[in-house]
Amino acid sequence: MYDTSLWLGGKEFKSRLIVGTGKYPSFENMRDAIEASGAEIVTVAVRRVSLPGQGESLLDYVDPKRYTLLPNTAGCYTADEAVRTCYLAREAGLGTLVKLEVIGDSRTLFPDAIGLLEATRTLAREGFTVLPYTNDDPVMAKKLEDAGAAAVMPLGAPIGSGLGIRNPYNIKLILEAVTVPVIVDAGVGTASDAAIAMELGCDGVLMNTAIAGAKDPVAMATAMKLAVEAGRLASKAGRIGKKLYATASSPLEGVPDWTS
Amino acid sequence: MNVTVNGKSMELSDGLTIEDLLARLGVRREFTAVALNREVTPKHQYTESVLRDGDKVEIVRPMGGGR
Repeated sequence: MYDTSLWLGGKEFKSRLIVGTGKYPSFENMRDAIEASGAEIVTVAVRRVSLPGQGESLLDYVDPKRYTLLPNTAGCYTADEAVRTCYLAREAGLGTLVKLEVIGDSRTLFPDAIGLLEATRTLAREGFTVLPYTNDDPVMAKKLEDAGAAAVMPLGAPIGSGLGIRNPYNIKLILEAVTVPVIVDAGVGTASDAAIAMELGCDGVLMNTAIAGAKDPVAMATAMKLAVEAGRLASKAGRIGKKLYATASSPLEGVPDWTS
Repeated sequence: MNVTVNGKSMELSDGLTIEDLLARLGVRREFTAVALNREVTPKHQYTESVLRDGDKVEIVRPMGGGR
């Protein structure tokens, strides 16, 4: 119907939903939910191995041959930590597509805009495909694009809050401000939130908690897949304008005369 | 010598390399990376990277996480 491919770092993706791998009740449940979501890109944290080093690995359940792994720098509070984490991820064989987070405050998990810009510049120069998690600020989004970001990922609401798209007007302004893809990252609570992000014209949605924290993550993953597809289609279809008063959809001519 | 591995202090014999350390700890190798004193150590240097007293080693791999 419409071309629905998302391009990131020269790679084509049919799905516009990116999902996380944290907070699931079990690895099996995570595997099934990711499958149900239809996502092709899966984000992972980079963490210390537990010692001694045996034990289950996330990647026993998320096949790196099937999914594009997107290492993230969650938990990094400085540009330096985030850049080093990306170097580690690359050396671990996770590739050069990275979800860059530089957190400025532990209570809100809002980004540190200055550190984020610095890390974006460094990593883009080093050949990474950088997807920065940013505020819903069009000025910042443009600066990130200029610094070499391959996409910008504004938050809809604080991470894990489930508050939805709190400022759709800013998301609209970001879409006008940049030419790179815009992916809403964080804040989605339920399917309608994902649909709203897509209806606004965003290129994709990234989520974790909304799926992993649902009572039935597999069912919610299915709902999110449909919502992202529905929102994308609606956006491309072109919605009607909003009006204050009714407009009849049946013709006014030819109404029978019942007056006596 | 004393080396800190993933935040844990370990008493190790002198001359141990990163390769030796990974083997001793039984670390699964796929999708694993090592940083020695904040710098990433490329895999091909594991056998020649000899640890020294006071070194800090980080061994990481992908874990669940996202949003």
